[in-house]
Amino acid sequence: MQLVVNIVVLASIYALIACGYVLIYRVSRVLNLAHGELMMLGAYLLLATASLFSGHPAMALAAAALLSLLTGALVYVFLMRKMTGEMVLAAILTTVALGILIRGVAVLIWSAQQQYPAVALGVANPSLSLLGGARISIWSLALVLTNLVVYCGLFLFLNFSRWGMRMRAAGQNPLLAAQRGINLHGVYALAWSLSTLTGALAGILMALDSGLTTSMPVIGLKAFPAALVGGLDSLAGALLGALIVASAEVLLIYYVDPLLSDVVPFLVLIAMLGVRPWGLFGTREELDRV
Amino acid sequence: MFRPAPRASGYFRTDYAQDLALVQTRAERVTVVVVIFLLAGFPFLASPFALDLACQVFLASIGALSLMLLTGYAGQISLGHAGLIAAGAFTTGILAREINAPFWITLPASAVSGMLLGFVFGLPSLRLRGLYLAVSTLALHFVVIYLGGEYETKRGFSTGIIVEPPRLAGFKLSDGRGWYFVLLIAAALSLIVCINLLRSRSGRAWRAVHAREPVAEALGINIAGYKLLAFIISSCMTSVAGCLFAYYRGFVSIEAFDLFLSIQYVAMIIIGGMGSLLGALLGAAFVTLFPYAIEDLLGLLPDVQKLAGDIFAVNYAAFGVVMILFLVLEPLGLVGVWRRMQNYFLLWPFKHRPLAGLRK
Repeated sequence: MQLVVNIVVLASIYALIACGYVLIYRVSRVLNLAHGELMMLGAYLLLATASLFSGHPAMALAAAALLSLLTGALVYVFLMRKMTGEMVLAAILTTVALGILIRGVAVLIWSAQQQYPAVALGVANPSLSLLGGARISIWSLALVLTNLVVYCGLFLFLNFSRWGMRMRAAGQNPLLAAQRGINLHGVYALAWSLSTLTGALAGILMALDSGLTTSMPVIGLKAFPAALVGGLDSLAGALLGALIVASAEVLLIYYVDPLLSDVVPFLVLIAMLGVRPWGLFGTREELDRV
Repeated sequence: MFRPAPRASGYFRTDYAQDLALVQTRAERVTVVVVIFLLAGFPFLASPFALDLACQVFLASIGALSLMLLTGYAGQISLGHAGLIAAGAFTTGILAREINAPFWITLPASAVSGMLLGFVFGLPSLRLRGLYLAVSTLALHFVVIYLGGEYETKRGFSTGIIVEPPRLAGFKLSDGRGWYFVLLIAAALSLIVCINLLRSRSGRAWRAVHAREPVAEALGINIAGYKLLAFIISSCMTSVAGCLFAYYRGFVSIEAFDLFLSIQYVAMIIIGGMGSLLGALLGAAFVTLFPYAIEDLLGLLPDVQKLAGDIFAVNYAAFGVVMILFLVLEPLGLVGVWRRMQNYFLLWPFKHRPLAGLRK
C-alpha cells in the first residue's frame, strides 16, 4: 500500500513538473532545460517572501506564485525572444546556460545549505494515515491535489478560454496564427510564465515537504522523461508518462537497487526513444519538424 | 558560414603532392615554425601552475576537437560527451587497478571502449534528429555515469580510483614538463587527424549529411554508415582524452563527470565557433581558463573575504552569463571575432566588402 502511495506522490511530482516542459514545447517548440532551475527558483522565492510576510503563509505563497509568473515572462522577454528562429542546439543551450546562471545566483544569495521554507512559514507537516497502514505527509497530499487542479485548469484553459485557443493555434502553425492577428510574443510569454508557475508550484510543495537545496534541479531533469514518454506535445500524455516513469522508478528501487533511482527515468526514456520516439500521445510529424 | 580567406595569392600547384600539403605558403610555414618554438619553449619558462593550466587546455582541446567533428561538422548533437570521457577514464582506472595493466594496454583499451560506446551513442541518431537525439545522448550519459558509480560502490572505491602514473619506455611520467609534452603531442595528433579526416572523403560526406540528409543520400552517401562513423571516431578520441585525464590526475571519480562537464564541452564548441577546428581550440582554452580568470578578477575586488567561500557559485553564474552572451550576441563565437578582425585588416582602408570579388 505504501508503494502505491509513493508511486502516486512521485507521479504527481513528475507530472506537475512535466506539464511545464510540455506547455513550452507545445507552444514554441523549445525544450526548456532550465525548467528544473526555474522550479528551484520558485521555491527560493517562497523562502524570500516567507521572511517578508512572516505569519501570513497564504500571502507568502501567493506572492511567490505571482513572482514566478513574472519570472517566466521576464525570461521569455529578455532571453528566449532573441532565440526564436535559431538552431535547435542554440535554443537548448540558452536554456541550459540560464539554468547554470540561476543555480549560481541561488547559491550566492541563499547559500548551498539545506533550507526549510516550512519552518520559515511556520507551518507544520504532519503525516496522515491512509487505508492499509500507508502514510502520506500533508504536503505530499497537497501536491497530489494541486497536480489534479493544475491539470484540470490547464485543460479548461487550453480548450475553452480565448488565450488558451490562441496558444494552441500558435503551437499548431505560428505563421497562420500570426496572420490571424494573434500576438505570438504575448502567447509565448504566457506559455513561459504558466510553465514557470506550475514548475514553481511543484518546487514549493516539495520544498515544504522535505526541505530545499540547490540540488533540486536534478528532480526537474528526471521529470523530463515523463514528458517525453507521454509525447512532448500532449498534456494528457505527460500525466500518463509521469505515472509510468514513477512506477518504474519506485518498483525498481524497491525490488532491485536503490542506486538505480537517478537512472531509471532515463532508461525508460531510452526505451521509449527506441520504440516510439514521438511518445504515447504525441503527434508523429513532430519528429521531422525538429 | 564564412568561407576561409584565400591562403595564397594565386593557384600555383602543379602536382598532387602540393595539393595535399598541409602547409602551403611561406607565411604559413613561418607561422607553424614560430608556434612550434613557442609551444616547445613554454614549459622551460612557465611556472608549474601555468604548466598545469596548459595541460588542462590540451586535454580539453582533444575533447573539444572530437565534439566539433561530431556536432560542428557531422551535425549530430551530443549532450553526453562527459559520459564518453568517463568511459575512457574508467576503463583506464579499472584496468590499472584490477589487473595492474600498463599504459600501452589501457590506452588502446580505452580507445576500443570509446568506439563501442560511440556505436551505442550513435544508434539513436539513425532514427532521431535534433532535439530528440540530444535527449537520447543525455540519457545515455546518465546510464554511463550510473554504471561507473555502481562499480565504485560495489568494489568499495566510493571515493574514487587511484591511478598510478604511467611508465613510458622505462621511465615514470610524473613531472609537469613531461606531461606537457605528452599532452601537447596528443592534442597536436588529434588536430592533424581531424584536419585530414575533414578534407578527405569522410569529411565531405559528414558535411553533406549535416547540410541536408536527403540530398546527401541522393549523392550516394551511406548516411547511416557515416553518422555512425562520426560517432565512433569522435568517441574514440574522447575516450583517449579520458584515459590521459585519468593518468594526468592520478585519480578517477564519477563526480568529475557530471552533466556540467558535458555542457562545458558543448559550450567550448559554441563559444569557439561552430564548424571550425580553430574554434574548438579557442573554445577549449577559453572555457578551461575562464574559472581561473574569474578567480583572479575577484582577487582585485575589495571585499574578497565575503565571496571567497562562494567562488564556485560565482564561477557558475559567470559561466552562465558568458554562455548566454555568446549565444545571443556572437553566435559565430570567437572564430567569428577572429574572422572579423582578419577582414578588417584585409579590407583596410575600406569598411565593406566589394559586392563582387573577394568572396566570389
